[in-house]
Amino acid sequence: MDPRTTVINERLRRIGRIIAVSSGKGGVGKSLVATTLALTLARRGHKVGLFDLDFTSPSTHIILSAKNAQPKEDKGIVPPLVKGLAYMTLVYYSGDQATPLRGADVSNALIELLSVTQWGELDFLVVDMPPGISDAVLDLVRLVRNIEFLIVTTPSLLAFETVKKQVTLLRDLKVPIIGVVENMKMNRAKNIEQETKKLGLKFLAEIPFDPKVEEAIGDEKKLLDTTLAQKIKEIATDNAI
Amino acid sequence: MHEWALAEAVITAVQQIAEKEKLKEVKEVTIKVGELQQVERDILQFALSQLKTASFKNAKFRITTAKTTLKCRACEHTWLFRKNKLDENTAEAIHFVPEVAHAYIKCPKCGSPDFEITEGRGVWLENIKGAR
Repeated sequence: MDPRTTVINERLRRIGRIIAVSSGKGGVGKSLVATTLALTLARRGHKVGLFDLDFTSPSTHIILSAKNAQPKEDKGIVPPLVKGLAYMTLVYYSGDQATPLRGADVSNALIELLSVTQWGELDFLVVDMPPGISDAVLDLVRLVRNIEFLIVTTPSLLAFETVKKQVTLLRDLKVPIIGVVENMKMNRAKNIEQETKKLGLKFLAEIPFDPKVEEAIGDEKKLLDTTLAQKIKEIATDNAI
Repeated sequence: MHEWALAEAVITAVQQIAEKEKLKEVKEVTIKVGELQQVERDILQFALSQLKTASFKNAKFRITTAKTTLKCRACEHTWLFRKNKLDENTAEAIHFVPEVAHAYIKCPKCGSPDFEITEGRGVWLENIKGAR
């Protein structure tokens, strides 16, 4: 048998809440929302970790400009502090190389990192998930107790259609969903809010498209000064998180 | 040390199996270690001896090594992983997360990065002997 899964919940035992930031489709701003949420919670005085599980298309290291960070070895792997976050990514090991992983490889890498990463005590662990309902979602739900999902969508009905499928899956798996964030909004339409409520979910925020966000990539101070960050701060202070 | 985290996983798994099988004493544990992960056997053995609990204080840990076989999905060529063909940083990255081999290794015959690790990936609990 594979012994690794037996220690995963021990590794995560001292973490208050584990929030998986997820989306039905790629390109909705999930990594930016996850990183900004982690930074916002850390700036509020919480101990926060950020775990990039989007193994084949990681991007949080670019958002955080985490070029020189490296984990330490101490009876496992200890994530370095990057911009105040305990930060873990496969990029420490894969570098800039394309890493073509099939489903079973994603599962194996996920189990390896969950079983050897020593997070220590955290109030929050924010997980940047790969998009969709792939192996990483199923594995994380299977292996991690008390995980909660926050779903990001755009105003596009195409993106929301995939959210519906994800919600159905998460409900079948009995996983709590914190709510839905509508990102990159360019008009005043309320259809995503209405559709979210129809699903019986909390509509957490609508985040207007903000061109400043692209300029803020790699600079966390600029990022925390965007409308995106302002809206996430409102979610974080609204007792939703 | 990374081996300590893996040893802790082995000990926890053995404990769980021993409880499930109602073993009063664990006598021998066989662990298979795939070459790809390049686990330091001495460190793993030492960590296991330090972490083992009362119910298997006399248990012996046998560590066997399995060669790593890789199979190309494009041309079906099969080959063996060899650490000495890698630079130190790459070998260390694969040690921590064996799947990053997909970022650095390509099929020696056709150059495809799309290959399968068919055998010898990481740490595997193969057999437990004990007494009820």
